[in-house]
Amino acid sequence: MAGVEQKKIMLSISGLKKRFGDNIVLKGFDMYLEKGENLVIMGKSGSGKSVMIKCLMGLMQPDSGSIDIMGKNVLELEHTEFDQLRKKIGFLFQGSALYDSMTVKENLEFPLRKQNMPQKEKDILVLEALESVGLLDAIDLMPNELSGGMKRRIALARAIILHPKIIIYDEPTTGLDPITAKEIIQLMRDIQMKYGSSALIITHDVDCSRVIADRMILLIDGINYVEGSFSELSNSKDEEIQAFFK
Amino acid sequence: MNHILHIPSSVKSFLIEVGELSYFAGRFFKEVFTRPFELKELMRQCYQMGNKSLMLVGVTGFILGLVMTLQTRPTLLEFGAGSWMPSMVGISIVREIGPVIIALICAGRISSGIGAELGSMRVTEQIDAMEVSGTNPFKYLVVTRIMAATLMIPLLIIYGDAIALLGSALIEYLKGDVSFLLFFNSVFDALEYSDINPAIIKSFFFGFAIGLVGCFKGYNCKRGTVGVGEASNSAVVFTSMLLFVIDFIAVFVTDIFYN
Repeated sequence: MAGVEQKKIMLSISGLKKRFGDNIVLKGFDMYLEKGENLVIMGKSGSGKSVMIKCLMGLMQPDSGSIDIMGKNVLELEHTEFDQLRKKIGFLFQGSALYDSMTVKENLEFPLRKQNMPQKEKDILVLEALESVGLLDAIDLMPNELSGGMKRRIALARAIILHPKIIIYDEPTTGLDPITAKEIIQLMRDIQMKYGSSALIITHDVDCSRVIADRMILLIDGINYVEGSFSELSNSKDEEIQAFFK
Repeated sequence: MNHILHIPSSVKSFLIEVGELSYFAGRFFKEVFTRPFELKELMRQCYQMGNKSLMLVGVTGFILGLVMTLQTRPTLLEFGAGSWMPSMVGISIVREIGPVIIALICAGRISSGIGAELGSMRVTEQIDAMEVSGTNPFKYLVVTRIMAATLMIPLLIIYGDAIALLGSALIEYLKGDVSFLLFFNSVFDALEYSDINPAIIKSFFFGFAIGLVGCFKGYNCKRGTVGVGEASNSAVVFTSMLLFVIDFIAVFVTDIFYN
């Protein structure tokens, strides 16, 4: 095996199960994310993507399985330890989830609240993040003054403000027009180049997957049905797989 | 035997809700004494609830004083007891009517406002966003709001009582030629600590109930925008009911202690 570079695993999930009453959503889902990799998880609505992501971020407790983030089993971590780990992970919510009552600047400063750093340093980080998403002029605006695309960019700026090692994107292009969606995808690539972060992207947007995926997993009926590169999956003869690429 | 033990679903869901509310209150007491303390947010909430309710409470209190005096005056005059007017109005406003009416007004403004705000934050994933950014949303959103309501409602009630007495004094001055000085002298002569203390103590419980129910309904909001409306609406209904229960208990306990 000489010459084969072993990449560091940033995040791994194994045997993840979750049910709501009689409805079994995840039936033993497995995955891993390597350093610097863009992993796309595709699945139909109700296939368990959101549940998986919520379990991953500690917003929901799985019934069984294990979740390792940067070598730590998050299901065994104390709340404060998990909070520290969460600071190394950026999360872009599907609906942007900007805080309505705060300006753009306050939204971006929010993850920095408990960081022991002077205000000047916080201001630099805010400006740097806004510059990365090309919205320096929006610094004093309120979320209700922003368009859908601008909200998504500001949410992205908030997700990267602490220079995370992993960024999780939940449907990053859903609800956006094709041009804005392309801009967001380009931004995701730029950010990865700039910060060298790994990305876990949950989407059902084929165009987004084609541009950004290093590897893809299709989540069907609560399990990872198939795994491979975009071209491998898009050329598959399996009807279940083809349904995603039509 | 089965049909005797059968509990109607509405009663069952009410009991479950009371249980969940108690658990929520327990979590508040667990988190309120632990670090980090969100003092900046607490101050902001105190300002939002206190300062921004002054107009509403002031107008309500003033009209309360006016109406009470106008309605009661003819009856007292009929019995030749017009001079009892200030003491009667003073005691009833400070002991009972002021705290209850102002708490109900605040339930309408503050409790429903908290329910709608937190409910909308829940359905738009803002609470989840807070959690994934390493902030404890319960501490930041819930503890601060309940604390602010517990601290501000007593102050608003004292302010509302004072304005109500002013309204009453104005009617006495206009209709009965009673000077403001004489009116307030009579009021303070009639008031005793046993009138003031229980009213102030129960107003803290009113504030706690207003904050608690509003936060409980909003924080646990489900079912999208419909859920936000329901959270806001049920926060007012549940709080109002709880205020009367607290008032009854307070009157009952006061009666034991002072009689």
